[in-house]
Amino acid sequence: MTSTRLFWEQVGALLWKDLRCELRTRQVWISMALFALLVLVVFNFAFDLQVENKAAVAPGALWIAFVFASTLGLGRTLAAEQDRGSMDRLLLCPVDRKAIYCAKLLGNLLFIGVVELVSLPVFAAIYNLPVLRVGLIPIVVLGTLGVAALGTLFAAIAANTRAREVLLPLLLFPLIVPVVIAAVKATQGLITPISGDAPWLGLIAAFDVIFLSISVVTFQYVIEE
Amino acid sequence: MHIAESPPAPAVAETPSPLRLPQWLEPVRRYGEYVLGAATALAILALLWAAFAYAPTEATQGDVQRIEYIHVPMAWVAYLAFFVVFAASILYLWRRDPRWDLLAATSAEIGTIFTTLVLVTGSLWGRPVWGTWWQWDARMTTTLILWFVYVAYLLLRSYTGLSEGGARAAAVLGIVGFIDVPINYLSVTWWRTLHPALQVQLGQTPDAPPAVVWTLMLGLLAFTLLYAFLMLQVNRLNTLQRAAQLLRARAELESAD
Amino acid sequence: MSAKLSLRAEDAHIQPTVKPPSSTPAALPAVAVERAGKLYGVRPVLRGVSFAVPTGGTLALLGPNGAGKTTLLRALATLTTLSGGTAHVAGLDVRQDAAEVRKIVGYVGHQPHLYDELTARENLLFFARMYGLRDGRERAERLIERVGLRAKANDRVRQLSRGQAQRLALARGILHEPAVLLLDEPDTGLDEEASALLDTLLRERAAGGQTTIFTTHQIERGLALADSAVVLVAGRVAYAGPARELSADDVRTLYGKGAAR
Repeated sequence: MTSTRLFWEQVGALLWKDLRCELRTRQVWISMALFALLVLVVFNFAFDLQVENKAAVAPGALWIAFVFASTLGLGRTLAAEQDRGSMDRLLLCPVDRKAIYCAKLLGNLLFIGVVELVSLPVFAAIYNLPVLRVGLIPIVVLGTLGVAALGTLFAAIAANTRAREVLLPLLLFPLIVPVVIAAVKATQGLITPISGDAPWLGLIAAFDVIFLSISVVTFQYVIEE
Repeated sequence: MHIAESPPAPAVAETPSPLRLPQWLEPVRRYGEYVLGAATALAILALLWAAFAYAPTEATQGDVQRIEYIHVPMAWVAYLAFFVVFAASILYLWRRDPRWDLLAATSAEIGTIFTTLVLVTGSLWGRPVWGTWWQWDARMTTTLILWFVYVAYLLLRSYTGLSEGGARAAAVLGIVGFIDVPINYLSVTWWRTLHPALQVQLGQTPDAPPAVVWTLMLGLLAFTLLYAFLMLQVNRLNTLQRAAQLLRARAELESAD
Repeated sequence: MSAKLSLRAEDAHIQPTVKPPSSTPAALPAVAVERAGKLYGVRPVLRGVSFAVPTGGTLALLGPNGAGKTTLLRALATLTTLSGGTAHVAGLDVRQDAAEVRKIVGYVGHQPHLYDELTARENLLFFARMYGLRDGRERAERLIERVGLRAKANDRVRQLSRGQAQRLALARGILHEPAVLLLDEPDTGLDEEASALLDTLLRERAAGGQTTIFTTHQIERGLALADSAVVLVAGRVAYAGPARELSADDVRTLYGKGAAR
């Protein structure tokens, strides 16, 4: 088997294994989805959104919900390795550490993606905003990719420490500020288009490219003992 | 029958040694520190004079503006320190020499202090000018996020302790954090330009009088010297501390045998 | 007591300490450790450990708790890096050529290194894919049969008993037919049937020219199964030489000396 083919074969095997294990245990992604919905609802109470300011504020609620739910879930796929035997199980195998990162990232994207799929219709309904457009797809995809790329890396870092639940958001949130700003602005732009707006999507795309590359390369330093 | 004697422990627990300099640079090593300290003191005194006496009073803001001569240089140092963290982190991951790790940790400590001071002086400056203690202007916001990244770095180091894995994790954070800074600045700047009704921007217009520019330059010089001086002292302190830990641990083990 | 016990570590040099049966001169040892050191933070766990295992040899790695046996095996399995010194497996450096070393080394540690939520069969199939084995299915079936888990092949690992999980862990360790097998206390938690299985496995490997290093707290059994032995005490090599020249009492004395010093 050529090394590229082996690489993707291993990514596939890891992804299958993670999904299989996750589906057979407590459904973490259900909690994630519920959490996201809760945030949306509570946001509404906290900010007492009126019709006038809704379009400006609601996208913020959406992305806060996504980011918080993602942080919940990001820890899980790494934590699964920590139980009973830790990452050693994988590190023993002749698998490129980048493949482990890719598999973890894809798994995280899948989980967060499911949560987003569930939250978006609910969001559109309870906030009554015309947000379910084709233009939303690249924003959500690229934004989620940015959060997950760094989130997977930092989840691995936090997983080795005592206070992993608390440490992950502390590490992640300051660094994904550009993604949050850009995603919220882009979503707002969907609802109420502004001419001459900054290229938010381009910013997220650049962010993704840069930090995906860095994360792929530095992941191995973080998971080896 | 006697227990076989193993060769002594490998030379990995050695105390980090200072750099070996060529002979003609020896005086620099011996006296350089004193020269640096003196230069720093002089520069700061000069800055204080320039900031309060030499620079003209600003038209709209009045004397409050003079805090800028401290605020801006400290901001410069805060970002410089983070760059040092970034560079040392890369070198550590590449070379695995613990001295680079120590350097990164030292710069992070110093950088955090300066960043905190930047936020405080910025707030103090802004209060009379803006009327509020805080405005989300681009530079202050980016510095605030930098502060959080610094703190996260220090927190991570404290959680992982003296382990090699912890050093690697911190190095990765240092690298990622630094690369994030310009992107952060960009996004925040775009974010703020959508609110043109923003109040007075802190900072200078390009056509500032030369006295102001000179004072700012002097400020940058003075604080860079201060940073270098502090780095020297704190790095030595940290090196000695770690060496002491290693020696103590080895002594305990030798006696236990 | 034989003179071999005063063997000093300098003598336990990089050359094989036990001549392989065929007496091929200058044969590359399967495992060669030279002045290995490991620090956890400031605590040394291995200090200047040197020994070699010829191809086809079976080494019993003995020592009291905390002597560094597990750390040494983990270093050979590339799970951890040495702070000083070197280790080579079949001529490959465990640090520089770690990826290659992983292909030829099998490791069965204290923890089963299995996935609780997958079935026994799924576990083996997963690892077969990770090792890039083409005939993963056939091998998995063969091994399930061999370790006597056919009845339990479709049960999740969390439902297996400790002994059954150990047997499955053993199967995982030899799935890719490693040239060097590292076993960390493989006899704990094994039932009688599995214990016999382990003995057979070790004998087969020796006969087939495959190398095995194992640790154990059952000193008599360990010495009986191995052809060479290394006794590690407080991170140092206290003895390195043929197993038959060492008695269990000698070993216990060495342990005691380590504690008293």
